[in-house]
Amino acid sequence: MRTKLMIAMAGIAALLLARNLYVILLELPDEAAQGAIYRIIFFHVPAAWTAFLCFFAAMIASILYLVKKDLRHDAFAASATEVGLAFGAANLISGMIWARIIWGIWWTWDPRLTSMLVGWLIYAGYLMLRRAIEDPTERAKIAAVVSIFAFVDVPIIFFSIKWWRTQHPQPVVWAGGQMDPAMYNMLFMNWIPFLLLGAVLVMIRMNQERAQREIDAMRRYAHAM
Amino acid sequence: MAIPAVRGTAAGKRTQPPRLSFLRQSLTIASKDLRSELRTKEALNASFAFALVILLLFSFAFEPTAEQTRQIAGGLLWLVFAFAGALILNRSFARELPNDCLDALVAAPISGAALFAGKALANLALLAAVELVCLPVFGVFYNVPWTQQFWPLMLVLLLGTWGLTVIGTMFSALTVNLRLRELMLPMLVYPIMIPALLAAVQLTTPLIMGEPLTAELIPWLRLLAAFDIIFTALALALVETVLVR
Repeated sequence: MRTKLMIAMAGIAALLLARNLYVILLELPDEAAQGAIYRIIFFHVPAAWTAFLCFFAAMIASILYLVKKDLRHDAFAASATEVGLAFGAANLISGMIWARIIWGIWWTWDPRLTSMLVGWLIYAGYLMLRRAIEDPTERAKIAAVVSIFAFVDVPIIFFSIKWWRTQHPQPVVWAGGQMDPAMYNMLFMNWIPFLLLGAVLVMIRMNQERAQREIDAMRRYAHAM
Repeated sequence: MAIPAVRGTAAGKRTQPPRLSFLRQSLTIASKDLRSELRTKEALNASFAFALVILLLFSFAFEPTAEQTRQIAGGLLWLVFAFAGALILNRSFARELPNDCLDALVAAPISGAALFAGKALANLALLAAVELVCLPVFGVFYNVPWTQQFWPLMLVLLLGTWGLTVIGTMFSALTVNLRLRELMLPMLVYPIMIPALLAAVQLTTPLIMGEPLTAELIPWLRLLAAFDIIFTALALALVETVLVR
């Protein structure tokens, strides 16, 4: 049942993505100021939204773990964080490609870029910390606390860097203008397959985590014999 | 962690155990930590020596007398504090591992929050001691008039150090049982400390050059205070779950 649901969701995501690609590449016109490269935004922005949603879900699951002590919540938090990191990486890399073409530089210390990078590093640290702890309940407890700290910290980082950098001229992204409704809607249209894909990946990772728990239990059982 | 109710029912009115207030409990832990640290001076000496070495290294990376170096003085100073502080923070809970002292502390009739607050206060005192020795050295090496705004600078130092300490002590408790403790702690705490470090750097750079706190610097002071309050509250709320195994 669960496998079928996953396949169905992945299929819908693939179909939607194919349809969106057709519209993005062939139907939407080039942007007036940026030309063809602006199309990267349809992947760049939904990736960021998906990543933040994953980190938010991971924090909720972490709080639930601390309240209920159910390892399934921990497995969800770990899976969501991993998937969030993948989407965060997609966001950072696509942004860098865009920046190279439009601004002529790979990187600028703008608040959004910097806080995404710092957040990414904190969550990468979260995964490394998980690796370093063997006992499952101990790992779940410590990881949950780190996840909560990380999610509280990211907005503070964003605003602190925003204050810091507003003293300096910032690169103008859309020249202060509004996006065309067709393009604006496309951002959300393309978010749907991203969300589906993210959900499928989280489900696959959770299956793996469950299998891992079962293997560990069997191994302990074998040792006890 | 509640006190078991069975404690000495036979002793009549004296049964009510001398329950120290939260502050007294924290101060007891803090004074214990400070006493044991001052007897060995392990972390303190290492941290101070490390701070001096970094100050020396910076003079090779940046021309010490150049005007540009004076403009990044706050940043240099706080990097030194953050690096040297990690040595003290690493030891904070790890010190309790031999002879199972940590288990005894957790089992003691005080809350995890009081234990945390005591350890954080001790770390604050140790880190502040290292900073107060570094400041004159920095002033001499890099020729900055750091005494002109002494009290505002002390306020920033206190708030910034508390920010580093509260995060560092919490993560010291989190990583105490890890094999890779010394590696994991800096990797986890530095990114999380960024807002506090950033605000402290912004405030310290003008103060250390003898310029007063202007109105445009006040938001940084607020950010620093807000960071301290938010993470102190979060740490006090969560530390109990971390310590009890």
